[in-house]
Amino acid sequence: MSCCGQPEGAGGAGGADGASGVMISMEFPIVQYDFAAAGEAAARIKQILRQLGISSDLVRRAAVAAYEAEMNLVIHAIGGSLSLVVDSGRITLTSRDEGPGIPDISLAMREGFSTASDEVREMGFGAGMGLPNMKRCSDLFNIESNMGAGTVVTIVIGVN
Amino acid sequence: MKLGEIKKLIGAEILAGEDKLSVLEIDTACGADLMSDVLAFTHENTLLCTGLTSAQVVRTAEVAGLSGIIFVRGKRPSDDVIALARERGIPLMATCLPLFETCGVLYGAGISGTYIREQHGPSPASGV
Repeated sequence: MSCCGQPEGAGGAGGADGASGVMISMEFPIVQYDFAAAGEAAARIKQILRQLGISSDLVRRAAVAAYEAEMNLVIHAIGGSLSLVVDSGRITLTSRDEGPGIPDISLAMREGFSTASDEVREMGFGAGMGLPNMKRCSDLFNIESNMGAGTVVTIVIGVN
Repeated sequence: MKLGEIKKLIGAEILAGEDKLSVLEIDTACGADLMSDVLAFTHENTLLCTGLTSAQVVRTAEVAGLSGIIFVRGKRPSDDVIALARERGIPLMATCLPLFETCGVLYGAGISGTYIREQHGPSPASGV
């Protein structure tokens, strides 16, 4: 976890006007099946964005996307991390994991499709809404997955 | 109406957030057991009525900025979940009424629904 004022590009963002001063850059490790802690990173992200004075609508969208990403990592991945980068123009959330990978991304993006267990469904998740919800909250959404290597989901929310 | 009035209407027991009963104003509510739907389709400052008692309900309330949670059908969350809600300042109540009747009583008393019908799309002014 780090904070810095050094200019660096917001990874995977692209477009816009290149790199601007990074206000904050943090990484939260997410542990598989740690349901008790799931949501803690999203709550911290929400708190940090609020403290930066970002408008409540954008904070909420980022928090919802972060929470869905966090739940996905806890439910499906064999360990990973959620990172937050904020610069003057955008909020970038990046979910990275080490596997198992998504065999069919178009299927995973379909609302209602899920490979989650009954245990997860009993917690109110696993209804195939995670990735679609993340996309719904984003201005820019990208997902790349390789079987055995892992998945990277990038969510960019523009800050006016 | 105040949270305390809602408590009376549905004969609920307060589990967390007693200090908010006489001060918290509730205008909108929703009923759901699927947390992704709550995250996607509700506005902030909404009261959630649910049959789900996991910690994820409190996490959802925190992330989505909900006013509070009513557990229906006589369900009660564990002490851990109540402790988490107290820590995060989220009021919890429990009622014996089922979900449909809880929502019906609140709706009949003037509480509005909250449902985001429009999907969010990229904003032209976002610069990304």
